[in-house]
Amino acid sequence: MSQPHMDVRRIATLARLELTEEEVASFSGQLDEILGHIAQLSQLDVTGIEPTAYAAAMAAPMRDDTPWQSLPTSALLQNAPDQAQGQVRVPKVVADA
Amino acid sequence: MSFSQTTIRQLQDSLRKREVSALEIVDQMLADVSQRDGSTGAFLSIDADLIRQQAAQADTSLPLGGIPIAIKDNINALGEPCTCGSKFLSENYRAPYDAGVIKSLRAAGAILFGRTNMDEFAMGSATENSALKVTHNPAAPGHIPGGSSGGSAAAVAAGFVPAALGSDTGGSIRQPASHCGIVGLKPTYGRVSRYGVVAFASSLDQVGPMTRTVEDAALVLQAIAGHDGLDSTSANVAVDDYISGLQQGVKGLRLGVPKEYFAEGLHPAVREAISHALAKLEAAGATLVDISLPHTEHAVATYYIIAPAEASSNLSRFDGVRYGHRTAQPADILSLYQQSREEGFGSEVKRRILLGTYVLSSGYYDAYYNKAQKVRTLICRDFSQAFEKVDVILSPVAPSPARKLGECSNPIEDFLADACTIPVNLAGLPAMSVPLPVAGLPIGLQVIAPHWHEARMLRVAQAVELASR
Repeated sequence: MSQPHMDVRRIATLARLELTEEEVASFSGQLDEILGHIAQLSQLDVTGIEPTAYAAAMAAPMRDDTPWQSLPTSALLQNAPDQAQGQVRVPKVVADA
Repeated sequence: MSFSQTTIRQLQDSLRKREVSALEIVDQMLADVSQRDGSTGAFLSIDADLIRQQAAQADTSLPLGGIPIAIKDNINALGEPCTCGSKFLSENYRAPYDAGVIKSLRAAGAILFGRTNMDEFAMGSATENSALKVTHNPAAPGHIPGGSSGGSAAAVAAGFVPAALGSDTGGSIRQPASHCGIVGLKPTYGRVSRYGVVAFASSLDQVGPMTRTVEDAALVLQAIAGHDGLDSTSANVAVDDYISGLQQGVKGLRLGVPKEYFAEGLHPAVREAISHALAKLEAAGATLVDISLPHTEHAVATYYIIAPAEASSNLSRFDGVRYGHRTAQPADILSLYQQSREEGFGSEVKRRILLGTYVLSSGYYDAYYNKAQKVRTLICRDFSQAFEKVDVILSPVAPSPARKLGECSNPIEDFLADACTIPVNLAGLPAMSVPLPVAGLPIGLQVIAPHWHEARMLRVAQAVELASR
């Protein structure tokens, strides 16, 4: 694998991070160095090896479908930066026609 | 009366004999914190009224009745802050519910005693990535306490509390415990509920105790271990008795010593301290077995794909909409997300979100994430093959003692120092750090056990502690 390079500006957009020019510059070098380190895995042959998502193998547990009292709306809204009518308020999502 | 070196066991005895009340204990501890934590920086917040209220109602007949326990600031406890060491959550967030481990601690009678400093969202191994405070190592002035649970380690090492909860994703309980000279235990993945613990890397995170003695770690683990229906990764596996077998010793046990963990670059003081400990265990009747965990060298690279990938997904919830920081004048919904995150997150968190987003992005997924998950299988296999030959594995926790504060110029240096702790998280195994007797900076020995064998791990750790006295 050739020396990997991350287009930090593009990835930041995907990650919904608005970086400053200084951050883009400093992260670029640091992240390429990290990618250079993790590229060592490309030397390893993993043909026929199953991926592991969770180390302690367990079947997905099922529970009885019984209703229970979840947190009340007021508790979940207490930390909302802006709210109205029992809901979280954000700027307009749909652009003007 | 000072409680700065008192263990949970000793406090229990004093409380049950009514030599002292829980209120007297917390008042003394609160006074101690206000006098000395200015120079340590273990706590981010401490609500004296709330602590005194809990103490006034303490039921000392319960397993941890009246015992003060500090909580890492990424574990939700109803009505208390939960900053995760981040500006994003430091303004006015209050937990709307109790995490599973907090419910367990309350049920066991423990007193929640303050919120401890940490690397932002648990990303770091020095607590220097906290956006809110610097924490000093009480056992080694001028040095880092380790991290990310550095505040919890410092609170115990400074003698403020007998125990604290930390969380461990790549070594964040064990490494600060080693650097501060205390006991730190990461349970088997799924042994302890993650419900209400702010997620960093969901397939790796576990909460565990940090204490001054092995027995105290067992007492706290006993209270928090068990199935929680609100955490789908919490296991419905019976919880062993962690106390009764503690004193059984190591006679007849096979202790694996993995050569890859004693490679070049290991600090001579660490090598010497570990060698002494191994010799004492052998003298106590254990058999040392040389083993190999051949994929160890790939563990850090694997971790730095999997952990950021999971983190980038988990941290997408911090968008400025429902809780935490929101930018002042967002022009539209997209700038609300982007600016809130830009302003709220520190550099290390941004770096890991970028790395995680990159390795999961279209065209790179197979080369990085899928590949890392396959290498993870090889790392798990190394351990399961080793555990066919040995009962536990012993190793260093960190390749060197704590470095000095402010001495890390390059993030990758600290990453590489996690090489002894990271494989354990990838394999979901239980492991703990036990302090060794040393003249200089604190050094811990890591005891790694097979899945669900915390009792055996504690028994070996107890023998190490006993041999150290």
